[in-house]
Amino acid sequence: MLMAQANQKAAGRPARPLSPHLSIYRLSNSMLMSILHRITGGALYFGTLLLAWWLVAAAVGPSYYAFVNGVLWSWPGKIVLIGYTWALMHHMLGGIRHLIWDTGRGFDLKSVNTLSNVTLIGSLALTALIWLVALRMKGLL
Amino acid sequence: MSTPLRPTPSPTAAEIRTPLARARGLGSAKAGAEHFWLQRVTAVANVVLVIALVVLIVTLAGADHASVRTALKNPLVSLLFLAFIVSGMTHMRLGMQTIIEDYVRGEGAKFALLMLNTFFAVMVGLTSVYAVLKLSFGA
Repeated sequence: MLMAQANQKAAGRPARPLSPHLSIYRLSNSMLMSILHRITGGALYFGTLLLAWWLVAAAVGPSYYAFVNGVLWSWPGKIVLIGYTWALMHHMLGGIRHLIWDTGRGFDLKSVNTLSNVTLIGSLALTALIWLVALRMKGLL
Repeated sequence: MSTPLRPTPSPTAAEIRTPLARARGLGSAKAGAEHFWLQRVTAVANVVLVIALVVLIVTLAGADHASVRTALKNPLVSLLFLAFIVSGMTHMRLGMQTIIEDYVRGEGAKFALLMLNTFFAVMVGLTSVYAVLKLSFGA
């Protein structure tokens, strides 16, 4: 029995049929992109703390900036920043997909699948490109 | 058609109200279109601002304090940061509001989190703006 139905029973109401939910459907590409859009959005929400921290560090002065820069450019820091970059690129491409849908276009199955693939592959490619350039400029690659 | 006479029970206020009157005020807060539109406007702005910021930050990646300060002395760079902070914080506040409204069941917890969401976005935004202005105007 589904949890919501159990809740209805517990509240003394008869169990009513519920609309199918996530567990019913076979996972599709566009469904995964939709879920990832929300997860990356939530991650970026807290990721802004990193941007704020970096700006504050620069405003505080050279020694505190050096400390924060050291944390962000450590290997664990870099891994977080690479994740942040991917979340940003994925959410941006997913957002563009939504803006296209807002115009009423791209709802046929073929377009939906294409847009999903562009979102996923594009986000990975852009993340790789950004970090290749960044590490190159630092002379780390 | 005549209504047969029968003793009427004293009607309470709830019973004499029409179905329409009972339904009024229970729907949306009538702010949905504005929420939708502002989310779209900030989304479009963010696409442009994020691309510009990523290019800038890649050139600054791992840079020392002096280069960051020099970069933010440029009014265009400061304005880019300020625009992104305002647009980004607005966008993420609206997005998190939707997540809270979707998943939080209890009314008390929901209102508390919705307030916290606004406080978070405003405080992160103001802190960042303050830092950018301080770097931009000197010190």
